[in-house]
Amino acid sequence: MKGSEEDAKLETMSEAITAAVPAATEIEHTGPVVSAKEVTRRYGEGDTAVDALRGVSLDVGRGQLTAVMGPSGSGKSTLMHILAGLDRPTSGEVYIAGTEISKLGDNDLTKLRRRHIGFVFQFFNLLPMLTGEENVVLPLTIAGTKPDKAWVDDLLSRIGIADRRTHRPAEMSGGQQQRVAIARALVSRPTVVFADEPTGNLDSSTSGEILTLVREAVDTYGQTTVMVTHDAHAASIADRVLFLGDGRVVRDIGRSSSTDILRAMEEIGSR
Amino acid sequence: MTAFALRGLLLRKLRTALTGVAILLGVAMISGTYVLTDSISNAFDAIFTQTYRGTDAVVSGKSAFNLSDSGTTTDPSFDESLLPKVQALPDVDAALGGVAGEAQLIGRNGKAIVFGGAPNLGFSVDPTQARFNSLTLVSGSWPKAGEVVVDRSTAGKKDIAIGQQIGVQAQGPVERLRVSGLVKFGAVSTIGGATLAGFDLKTAQHLFAKVGRLDQIRVAAKKGVSPQKLQAEIRSILPPGTQVRSGNQQATSDAKDTNSFVGFLQKFLLSFGGVALFVGAFVIANSLSITIAQRTREFATLRTIGASRRQVLRAVILEALTIGVLASVIGLFVGLALAKGLFKLFDAVGFTLPNNGLTLETRTIVVALVVGILVTLGASLRPALRATRVPPIAAVREGAELPPGRFHRFRGIGAAATALLGFAALAYGLFGSGLGTTTVLLSMGVGALLIFVGVALFSSRIVVPLAHAIGFPATRVGGAAGVLARDNAQRNPQRTASTAAALMIGLALVTLVATLAASIIGTFNSAVDDLAGGEFYAITAQNNYSPIPVSAAEAAANTPGLDGLASVRAGDVQVFGNTRQMTAVDPTIGKIITLNWKKGSQAVFANLGESGAFIDDGFAKNHDLSVGSGFPILTPTGRNIVLTVEGIFKPPAGGSPFGPVTISSKTFDANYAQPENLFTFVTMRGGVTDANKSALEQSLAKFPNAKVADGDQFKKDQASGLKSTLNILYVLLALSILVSLFGIVNALVLTVFERTRELGMLRAIGMTRRQVRRMIRAESVITSLIGATIGIVLGLVLAALLIVRVDEINFFTPWGQVVVFLVAAILVGIVAAIFPARRAARLNPLEALQYE
Repeated sequence: MKGSEEDAKLETMSEAITAAVPAATEIEHTGPVVSAKEVTRRYGEGDTAVDALRGVSLDVGRGQLTAVMGPSGSGKSTLMHILAGLDRPTSGEVYIAGTEISKLGDNDLTKLRRRHIGFVFQFFNLLPMLTGEENVVLPLTIAGTKPDKAWVDDLLSRIGIADRRTHRPAEMSGGQQQRVAIARALVSRPTVVFADEPTGNLDSSTSGEILTLVREAVDTYGQTTVMVTHDAHAASIADRVLFLGDGRVVRDIGRSSSTDILRAMEEIGSR
Repeated sequence: MTAFALRGLLLRKLRTALTGVAILLGVAMISGTYVLTDSISNAFDAIFTQTYRGTDAVVSGKSAFNLSDSGTTTDPSFDESLLPKVQALPDVDAALGGVAGEAQLIGRNGKAIVFGGAPNLGFSVDPTQARFNSLTLVSGSWPKAGEVVVDRSTAGKKDIAIGQQIGVQAQGPVERLRVSGLVKFGAVSTIGGATLAGFDLKTAQHLFAKVGRLDQIRVAAKKGVSPQKLQAEIRSILPPGTQVRSGNQQATSDAKDTNSFVGFLQKFLLSFGGVALFVGAFVIANSLSITIAQRTREFATLRTIGASRRQVLRAVILEALTIGVLASVIGLFVGLALAKGLFKLFDAVGFTLPNNGLTLETRTIVVALVVGILVTLGASLRPALRATRVPPIAAVREGAELPPGRFHRFRGIGAAATALLGFAALAYGLFGSGLGTTTVLLSMGVGALLIFVGVALFSSRIVVPLAHAIGFPATRVGGAAGVLARDNAQRNPQRTASTAAALMIGLALVTLVATLAASIIGTFNSAVDDLAGGEFYAITAQNNYSPIPVSAAEAAANTPGLDGLASVRAGDVQVFGNTRQMTAVDPTIGKIITLNWKKGSQAVFANLGESGAFIDDGFAKNHDLSVGSGFPILTPTGRNIVLTVEGIFKPPAGGSPFGPVTISSKTFDANYAQPENLFTFVTMRGGVTDANKSALEQSLAKFPNAKVADGDQFKKDQASGLKSTLNILYVLLALSILVSLFGIVNALVLTVFERTRELGMLRAIGMTRRQVRRMIRAESVITSLIGATIGIVLGLVLAALLIVRVDEINFFTPWGQVVVFLVAAILVGIVAAIFPARRAARLNPLEALQYE
């Protein structure tokens, strides 16, 4: 019982904080949306300890699509988890919309994610018992806010699932499910969307459609997006491509063709 | 494969433990029952052996026929002149005469000392004949004239000290006696809640209104004389109405009532153990089904690398077997603790049982283990068979699910057919004519079992609409958490239904007994109103049912302001070859009680005379009697009387104050050794007032065992015994509800485990830990309310069926209790969710993003 009282207290506190956060965003309007300063992440202790990140600093620019690439074990997933407030750095600082998150409690962090972060997962992660539309507005439902109908309608038709709004995930193709997941990430107009291998579980033509959608969201809504991928073709739609190797940022290039990206990967791999 | 199965269990320790608890509790109930009843039997054996130690033969009074165990009639006493004749026999070494009876001790507050329904034993003691004396003096001295010894335990509880005066009431008004000493009964630590009072022979004969008479002569043979020879010798001088038996035979005869009571208690408690195990079987089947569904890929992998279906089957059954063995062994020992708890429980509801240490028989161990293991194995069969149907291809498929069974299509029909078959069996048992008791009980038991299984299987069809309705408040109060909880409850209707089924069974039984009790009490109350209205007083024993001496009513008759007074006596009688309860009434009773006469009128009461009787319509029909017919009866004293039917009445639904045959109290008193009243009804001028009540109490001051109650209080008092029984039933059924609680916990833990990724996603997109907890809790409450709703409805239906069968009861719905049960179900849901909700809330959101 004591726990839930504390929770209640925390929740009121965090509501106050969340209320204050947008103001902070306004102030930092011109600054980076997400930034990391000398972030390290170590898993385990002693001899078996693994350093997933060994000091990463970066800023994610507003309205940009940033791709994070790297071979398995390069730390790209860990970096994304930390930037998204799902995991905490062992050392260093992470700012999301101007708030330093490494000191926040679980409740405040949850509220921060609610307000500022959208997710697209590799395996879609839709709730099987909800319809397409219910899945899309789920973040708003959880936050207890009423969805703006016009906005949701607009979003659904732009994403191309207006005709799937009453269907359940089991009645949809993989591509349709991922479209629903993208709409779900965008519905709360988050400060930044993190996409984790969004095409990793789709065939190549569906992948192309999904990548187009991600790009359109950046162009149409100015949606800041961070996409983790190991697919050079996917990374080629990004405004900026970061390469991670062995827990560090090893290369940081602007918009590139998939050929250039592949070459960069080879170079990193051969070093 | 064996190693594989056992490793799997170790890996899933928590789930294994939760599954095992379900069986553990049922086994504990079974072993606890055996331990309890064996212990009681042993204690009684010790009591009776102690009573007749050193006794080679017992002479006692003999009724003309075998008496019922109603306690209204005892064997007649005989003249004490027999004692010197027995003592004079050549082979008799010693003989001791004694009397016994109910003797109420009166506490310092002027109230009779009664512990629950336990007897208040009074008897003569003779310390000079130590060989026959089953009492041991703890302190003080043996009683002389005008003195009493009291058992140590009662004295301790009621603060009775040697040297003080204490009130004792037996057949006459209360008398003051000096406490000369405290005693204990042999080596038995407690003799239930019974109180003991020992007197010298003359005092005892006076108290029990048996002056010059004896109830028993105990005889010891001379050295070298066989008990048979001694008995034969005594038998040759016995007058009619007496008999001689060996000490052992007498002990067996005395133990007859207690043995049948212990036997009943054993069956009664075992049936609750059976219910708990039945519920446990549901829980196990459900848990195993869920685990197996979750391990689809694991089984498929095993199949791809070459495991046969048989091996998969064996692995799953071995798992269940291991759980069953462990749970049964632990349950066996938990049963010992439970037996202690049951002693305390019965004690707490005023029903103290004798206890002489716990007894663990080999039979207890064997039955508990065999039943526990078999039930677990039986419950695991279906899930195990499903596991064998996992195709190897499922190993490489994302989100593979168990294939539906071959008979999946017929599931709904099969479930409905099972339930209908159950109802048919139940109805056959209830309404079938000319069935033996065993057939009736068997078909009702099997019927109930089938109904529960059928309803449990069928309920997956109604889970969705039920969850929708029940979950509605949750969606209003709980926001997103509530909405998701409701959706989750509807998501796998079969699983929700199976989880809820365990609770459904418990609540159906609880509702059944509550409804039966409410109906019995309700019908009884309206019967009293029909018979006597509300403006009367009833004089009963303090415990509401023991017979009280006729002298109490005689004392009450002198109350100023008395308008009418009439008593109802009762005793055993043999009529048409059966032992029945016969009642007797005062001629004035027609002023107070109005019967529904089919033949005759209220005037019958006053005109019964010497040989008149009125009978109920059932008795009249069975024996083809009408007004004017004569029929013979045999009294316990051996008198044959021919009665003439003067009137026939229809007993009111809810209970009749009169038995099948009722005669005048004058004839009754002439033919029964010690007539006693069951009730005395009184009407006062001015009706029911405080002044009238205290006037009645004033005139009964010398009869502390008598209680004055007005009509309303009388109804409540008569229902109070039923209410304590009901409370015992609630506690016993709570066990099966506890089992189902574990079932819900287990299902939720498994569900949380299964939805790890989903919960991680919800946390990632902004669900707080508190919301997660709320969601799991709401799902749990919805599940338990589904079980409660179906269970309560089923309980009401079953009760209605039983009540339709029994004409004497009308249906009353216990609304108050139904509300209490629903609240209890909500509590069960909340408690069951505590642990799983905490686990769910602690999940790391990263889980959502991790893939194999």
